[in-house]
Amino acid sequence: MTVAVDFRNVDIMFGQDQAGALAMVDAGATRAEILEKTGNVLGCAGASLTVHEGEISVLMGLSGSGKSTLLRAVNRLNVVSRGQVLVKDGDGTVDVVTCDEVTLRRLRQKQVAMVFQQFGLLPWRTVEENVGLGLELAGVPEAERKERVQRQLKLVNLDQWSKKYAHELSGGMQQRVGLARAFATEAPILLMDEPFSALDPLIRTKLQDELLQLQAELKKTIIFVSHDLEEALKIGTHITIMEGGRIVQTGAPEDIVLRPANDYVRDFIANVNPLSVLTAWNVMRDRRDLEHGDNGWVWLDRRKTTRFKIDEHGLVAAAERDGKPAVWVSCADVEGQPEELAQVFWANPGTSLKTVMLAMHRSQTAPVALFDDQSRFVGAIGIRDVLSAVLRR
Amino acid sequence: MDPISKFFVSYKIPIGEWGKAFFTFLTDNFNTFFRGLSGGLNFLLDGVVDTLLLVPPVLLIALIALLAYYLQRSRGLAVAVFLGLLFILNQNLWKQTVETLVLVVAAAAASMAIGVPLGIWAAHKPKVYRIMLPVLDLMQTLPTFVYLIPVLTLFGLGNAPGLIVTIIFVIPTSVRLTHLGVVSVPKSIVEAGEAFGATKSQLLWKVELPSALPTIMAGLTQSIMLSLSMVVFAALIGAGGLGTEINRALGSRKIDLGLEAGLAIVVLAIVLDRMTRIGVGGKK
Repeated sequence: MTVAVDFRNVDIMFGQDQAGALAMVDAGATRAEILEKTGNVLGCAGASLTVHEGEISVLMGLSGSGKSTLLRAVNRLNVVSRGQVLVKDGDGTVDVVTCDEVTLRRLRQKQVAMVFQQFGLLPWRTVEENVGLGLELAGVPEAERKERVQRQLKLVNLDQWSKKYAHELSGGMQQRVGLARAFATEAPILLMDEPFSALDPLIRTKLQDELLQLQAELKKTIIFVSHDLEEALKIGTHITIMEGGRIVQTGAPEDIVLRPANDYVRDFIANVNPLSVLTAWNVMRDRRDLEHGDNGWVWLDRRKTTRFKIDEHGLVAAAERDGKPAVWVSCADVEGQPEELAQVFWANPGTSLKTVMLAMHRSQTAPVALFDDQSRFVGAIGIRDVLSAVLRR
Repeated sequence: MDPISKFFVSYKIPIGEWGKAFFTFLTDNFNTFFRGLSGGLNFLLDGVVDTLLLVPPVLLIALIALLAYYLQRSRGLAVAVFLGLLFILNQNLWKQTVETLVLVVAAAAASMAIGVPLGIWAAHKPKVYRIMLPVLDLMQTLPTFVYLIPVLTLFGLGNAPGLIVTIIFVIPTSVRLTHLGVVSVPKSIVEAGEAFGATKSQLLWKVELPSALPTIMAGLTQSIMLSLSMVVFAALIGAGGLGTEINRALGSRKIDLGLEAGLAIVVLAIVLDRMTRIGVGGKK
């Protein structure tokens, strides 16, 4: 995988006495101590994060945690005091911290586009003039600009509104204009600074879905700042949690939920519904940890109600439930199956925990088996595994 | 007097002397320059006035009403402008009104031409604004009569010194309002411009100035109004127009003449104010 943006030990300090304040950072001082001693505000300290192409990397944290500060280092809206921010530029990379003005402008025009929380639209311009801003600044000829703008407006379903002024549109539509403006430059890297926070919940959900749809098609690299964990879990392929200007934990959404690094992260995820992130893979017991009987029989649950006979290829040869022969059925069909005792559902590692629970419900709390994509038996989920994952114990 | 106070009056700091010496120095060494400048300005202003007076007054009034319609797209305003200026013509003050109009428009244009760039500069450089601020305060608060004297000695009598006095008085307003307009451009749209790779001049022309335009235009309206308020003072050093009539009315205690010329200034003020309200209210 190609690296799109690489933060290397980034420190961002706001204020006059940079050297003194940075020395305090090295000594491990907190933001409050630095502010008191030097009058400088620590934006972000020792941040290292690698974002690969095609990822949606979400920076999370409470307000003041430095997430926006770090994001804005990518296009140098915030000046980095120390460290490197490497941004992919064609076949090479550019260190945004040290590059000259001309290179920076080219990056901003062609490589890195941005979407703002307060939309940042120019109120005296029409929708199409706003969308064309980036192209206009880059000197794209008018005919080509018009054509590209119309294409973007279609993409976000605003082609009927192109002659309206930005302030005549609702908040959700204004942010779609913001998105279209960012897409119009065809920059592969997209910075989104709490883009949906100013919108009401229904519109927010809708725009999140639209963004995911567009992303499936456009495959941008997106760095997304949010203070809403549900949003982060929904759209992020990777999540980075920040506190007081420092990165606390980076990982896949389920890593954050299942293995919070400290109490701050634990507090953060306290109210998250685990069903929205966890998959069968996250909660299953591995085949090797299950209790094996003789003749290739394996007990799927601790209560010993259900067992599979596994052949030498790892495939299921026979199933038994409460001592009687049973059939094994895919979770995908769980809704269509009649409720009966003699069936055992199986799932894939990527099946959501919610579906697994539904399968248990329909099969009178039978355990659910896990098959890999060659239908080999890899593990099982008993009711206790589900409960401990949901309760996080 | 007590001894301490006595001590303080024993030596008077010769501020007045220094100022006088400075202006004497200017007149002695740069007399040709100042006289040439004032001669040129007088020639220019008088030329414009004479040209406008060649046009039949009713036709000129109709043209101004048409301009009002063009600027504001309002028929009511055009009719009001037409009637208002006809009233002035009826009061037999047309020539003086044209003189005043030319002076006011020239002063407002000059102070915008100087004030807007200064305001932009000050908005981008807070340090510059901090130095500029006391100078602007001085220009606005120093009683007008005080700088009538040096301007008179440098430029002599006529329209030119009137114009210069008016410009000095009006520039601070256009500087201040331009500064206000540019510093109040929302940070979010400036950042949007930067984030999409605007150069400094693109940022100025495509983001800052359009955003500040309503405030800058308010500065233009204010400049015109303040220029009008200087008409009477400018007349004291030889600028013609309605101000001269008012001064004459004051000197000879003619209530009727004072009232007529005063009303003409009011009409002119309303006409100019309504015509120059561009970008204020209405379409944003």
